[in-house]
Amino acid sequence: MTSATLRHAGWILRGNPLTGVAAAGVFLLTFIAIFGPWIVPYDPIVSNVSQALLAPSAAHIAGTDQLGRDVFSRLIVAARLDLAIAVSAVGISFAVGAVIGAICGYAGGRLDRGVGRFVDVLMAFPLFVLAMAMVAALGNRVENIVIATAIINLPFYIRFARAEVNIRRNLGWVEAARACGDSHISVVLRFLLPNVLPAMAVQMSLNLGWAILNAAGLSFIGLGVKPPTPEWGIMVAEGARFISTGKWWLIAFPGLALMLAVLFFNLLGDGVRDILDPRMRT
Amino acid sequence: MSDVLLELNDLHVTFSTRRGLVEAVCGVTLSLDKGETLGLVGESGSGKSVTGFAITGLLDAAGQITAGNIRFRGQDITRVSSADLRNLHGAAMAMIFQNPRAALNPIRAVGEQIADAILAHKRMSRVEARAKALGLLRAVQIREPEKRMAAYPHELSGGMCQRVMIAMAISCDPALLIADEPTTGLDVTTQKIVMDLLAGIAAERGMATILITHDLGLAARYCRRIVVMERGRLVEEAEPKTLFQAPRHPYTKRLVAASPTASSGIADLVTEEERGRCVPIKVAPRPMPPPGTPPLLEVQKLAKRFDQGGAAVADFSMMIRAGESVGLVGESGSGKSTTSRMICRLIDPSEGEISFEGQSIGHILARDFHRSPFRKDIQIVFQDPNDSLNPRFTAFDCIAHPLLRLGGLRAGDALRKRVEECAERVGLAVELLTRFPHQLSGGQKARVGIARAIACQPRLLVLDEPTAALDVSVQAVVLQLLDRLRRENDLAFLFVSHDLNVVRMMCDRTIVLRNGRIVEQGESRALFDNPQTAYTRELVEAVPHIEAGLALIRRSQG
Repeated sequence: MTSATLRHAGWILRGNPLTGVAAAGVFLLTFIAIFGPWIVPYDPIVSNVSQALLAPSAAHIAGTDQLGRDVFSRLIVAARLDLAIAVSAVGISFAVGAVIGAICGYAGGRLDRGVGRFVDVLMAFPLFVLAMAMVAALGNRVENIVIATAIINLPFYIRFARAEVNIRRNLGWVEAARACGDSHISVVLRFLLPNVLPAMAVQMSLNLGWAILNAAGLSFIGLGVKPPTPEWGIMVAEGARFISTGKWWLIAFPGLALMLAVLFFNLLGDGVRDILDPRMRT
Repeated sequence: MSDVLLELNDLHVTFSTRRGLVEAVCGVTLSLDKGETLGLVGESGSGKSVTGFAITGLLDAAGQITAGNIRFRGQDITRVSSADLRNLHGAAMAMIFQNPRAALNPIRAVGEQIADAILAHKRMSRVEARAKALGLLRAVQIREPEKRMAAYPHELSGGMCQRVMIAMAISCDPALLIADEPTTGLDVTTQKIVMDLLAGIAAERGMATILITHDLGLAARYCRRIVVMERGRLVEEAEPKTLFQAPRHPYTKRLVAASPTASSGIADLVTEEERGRCVPIKVAPRPMPPPGTPPLLEVQKLAKRFDQGGAAVADFSMMIRAGESVGLVGESGSGKSTTSRMICRLIDPSEGEISFEGQSIGHILARDFHRSPFRKDIQIVFQDPNDSLNPRFTAFDCIAHPLLRLGGLRAGDALRKRVEECAERVGLAVELLTRFPHQLSGGQKARVGIARAIACQPRLLVLDEPTAALDVSVQAVVLQLLDRLRRENDLAFLFVSHDLNVVRMMCDRTIVLRNGRIVEQGESRALFDNPQTAYTRELVEAVPHIEAGLALIRRSQG
């Protein structure tokens, strides 16, 4: 990070203060995810039935659940798992999708058409149902949630990278790279991919929020993460049983955590693009 | 009643940008009579287009008229209500743009689009409007206008699209037509047809025209009066003849000198004072190669067919000797870019043979050619400097790239020295090397592109319209640079261009290409002075250079 980059980031933030809020939010989430287990006031797993279902108070700021566990502590500890699933799933689909998409976009022809149809088939499924089926088939484990989430995100990255590379493949600097002695594959990996990264970073940021929702959704319907592991989706699922008796804090706080995480990632998207795009700099 | 149609008084236009307020037009005063044709000439950034936009009220939101006024038929149009303005624009004044295809709605038939333009300002039924649109297509001399009414923009050529734009612009019989670079991007022959048509229509209907252009020759040919703008200011106003024979302002002098004419040589492109500053180079005449040396490049019966459609290039044979400069001329679609890329071994020919220094290179697949020892001997300079540099590479990285790949250098002091040397040779200041392409001007980007191409000391340089996107004064400098580099390094050039004046200056021999086939070839001067085929003659005659403009004026006066 040079000082010019930082100055540029500062300029973007002044023009769009929401990006700053979103960046702070994402930073906070990351901090919680890393240091969560050490900063929580109570153990998130050990039950204490005498303290069950207490409304929010000074001792338990988000109340306690049906087993007397502190909801706030569980929320904080859950951030690590939810973020880890989302980041690794998006990371995998980005790495695989960007390379496949870039190659297709550059090569065109039969390969491009073949991969394109495969992507169409994948997208023809309701994606959440596809993820459910994959987790059910592969086994009820966290890794499989990651794989399933990565696969259903893959088509978007392939299409995105393909389109972005396709509009650049005939530009002068691509031909120039070949005249300078680069092979086709080196042109794709060292010239085209870095140039489509800014646009893809936006997609990744938006996608992270969505992947968190997807992981929570799978857990909510009982696939993937199992109790008593703290996880936002499970917490909402378990809390749903008590909503009719007015124990609102059981789902309100995990729901809020989910909402804020998704919101922060989405807001960050546009800001990230502005900061990474060298053409926005002067 | 006065004859003045339009008057600009001390017009100032300011844009608010990230770096604060930028004054694009600072104090332009000019007037235009009814039916007059005025040329507004200047290079990029001179504020000529902004002036046009200010008159037609098309300034974008960041731009504002901060001082002065624009009087149209005596009424100050900078201070009238927006409803009045809407009636004025389009009906009383109209504008046509540089890229006609982008200015037309791609999903609406052109006839309907013309009818829409009519209906926006006149009360009539759609049937009547369509009938009027048909009449207009006839007026702009589109063949089979009934059929073309239903055509979509992509089905028409660039020249046709510009005619449709003209039809639209004149649909409400405006008193003033502003043409902003109407023929930039069109072939010379099409340019001539479109401009003749525009001039004819303007004369016939008594429309005043402002022709905004960077091309002095074009302005000289079609305008009675020319104003020259530089950095938002009007520097000179004169009749074409006076302007070219006795330019007063130093900027005009430079501009006139830099515009290539039928007789100018490379050295004539800069003014006397500037020439004094460059050290003349002395190059010993090339020794004759020993007999039996194969030519540097020999191409035989080259052809390229694409999957869809016919042959892009067919039966193309040529040769280039070491240090020789050969021009390849043709209109868009003539296959000159395809040919140059086959010779550069960036695409594979369908048939034919290419040999370099007697060794066959045509059979090496383009996708493997990067490993060939000849890769560094054949380099290319691309057309548009704006898209020929990787936006994520600094100027240094761009020039270093071939050295790392082909020159066998590693990152370090030796590389730095070599890159700086290349930059120096193309006249690029060393402190610019840390900049990214978007921080460089067009001329500087062109220099980076040339430095990159010569970094590995190639023997043959393919130049694909290297100056087509540059201003004339920058073009003049770049052409001189190329010519110097060629003589200093005994480089051979394949100079691809549509600009015949440039080719005439730069090339020993010229090849004229049409529809993928060679029409005519020979010594440049002889070819242009005495073309043998009708097509070449047509090309040569369509070039708007200054003498032709003056001759036209003399003819009309005499």
